[in-house]
Amino acid sequence: MAETMQFDLVSPEKRLASFAARAVQVPGSEGEMTVMPGHAPVITTLRPGIVRASGESGEEEFIVTQGIAEISSDSVMIVAEQSFPRSEMKRSDLERLLEEARARAAAASEEERLTAEKFVEELVHFIEMME
Amino acid sequence: MPSLKDLKNRIESVKNTRKITKAMQMVAAAKLRRAQEAAEAGRPYSEGMNKVMRSLAAAAADGEGPKLLAGTGSDQTHLLVVMTAERGLCGGFNSSIVKLARQKIEDLQALGKTVKILTVGRKGRDQMKREFEDLMVGHVDLSDVKRVGYENATAIARDLLARYEAGEFDVATIFFSRFESVISQVPTEAQIIPVAPAEAEAGEEESGKVVYEFEPGEEEILTELLPRAVATQLFSALLENAASEQGARMSAMDNATRNAGEMIDKLTIQYNRSRQAAITTELIEIIAGAEAL
Repeated sequence: MAETMQFDLVSPEKRLASFAARAVQVPGSEGEMTVMPGHAPVITTLRPGIVRASGESGEEEFIVTQGIAEISSDSVMIVAEQSFPRSEMKRSDLERLLEEARARAAAASEEERLTAEKFVEELVHFIEMME
Repeated sequence: MPSLKDLKNRIESVKNTRKITKAMQMVAAAKLRRAQEAAEAGRPYSEGMNKVMRSLAAAAADGEGPKLLAGTGSDQTHLLVVMTAERGLCGGFNSSIVKLARQKIEDLQALGKTVKILTVGRKGRDQMKREFEDLMVGHVDLSDVKRVGYENATAIARDLLARYEAGEFDVATIFFSRFESVISQVPTEAQIIPVAPAEAEAGEEESGKVVYEFEPGEEEILTELLPRAVATQLFSALLENAASEQGARMSAMDNATRNAGEMIDKLTIQYNRSRQAAITTELIEIIAGAEAL
């Protein structure tokens, strides 16, 4: 069994990470999971949280809001709507995101409101956890 | 025959024009580099999105699937999203996109379909308005946007999806210009609704066959992912368009600069000839005058 797997994290505007990782912690919408080489193939949606990937050069952390992860036995690909390295992210940035999400929820149509409000809730929960 | 002074003025004004076109060319070159970088940076995301979409579409192929993937079951009403630039002076860039769209409109109308048009970018709207004003249903203004971001794409996508949900159209197609190189931009059409995942490239076949587990269910993932797939396609079209626009402008301005140079050469020769002719005439007059004495 291979020791590492290919880890990619991409957002619409750039590729944030691409390296060989030993383990990746993914904030799946159904719960956190830690993926190691040889994992069963899964596609999961993400909720706001931290992606933690440990590779040769230590551990790297990224904050993601929404997105999707494609996991296969030798790779993890995270396609995130918004993503930032954790070190660059300040509390004020998170609050700005929350603000935006709230505005969108308020403006959303009937069907979209539920999803938008759920997103706000998850974001609030996540910010509380960060403290 | 223009006078010497006229010629001199004209040479001066063509020189000024050349300065402007040269400057525009250099600005376009700088912008092109940035636009190209942005287009390249966006590629992994859309590829990743496509890969996931393919896996999902394969898994959902047997079921009905959401409306965004399966379509409305009719193709009576077509929405054409014509994406052009906000500015002109970029050669045939805008016109060639509009030309492709016009062709499509005529084809669809010949088949008895209803056509609606949504324009992105001022130049396209101006050109489409002349012929198809009654078909236009909306316009997205990007003139205040310095650099197209993902949020511009999501805004357009949201508008499109709302119209789709409201049953305003059955099929949406985008028209934009694919960036091949500085001298070649290819006007392209692509269907975005219903979502048609791009064909797998050779060599990627293997990964497509893996059977995935889905968390939560396929349906939930699809409902979340499909709107994003639309936004992603729009985003990469916007980026390609931005790069194409700058590329087209660069080569148009390069041509203009060269033409101005040729014109200056021609005018200068004409100027020198006229000057010489004037001197000769003057000499002849003096000599003729001296001989008469």
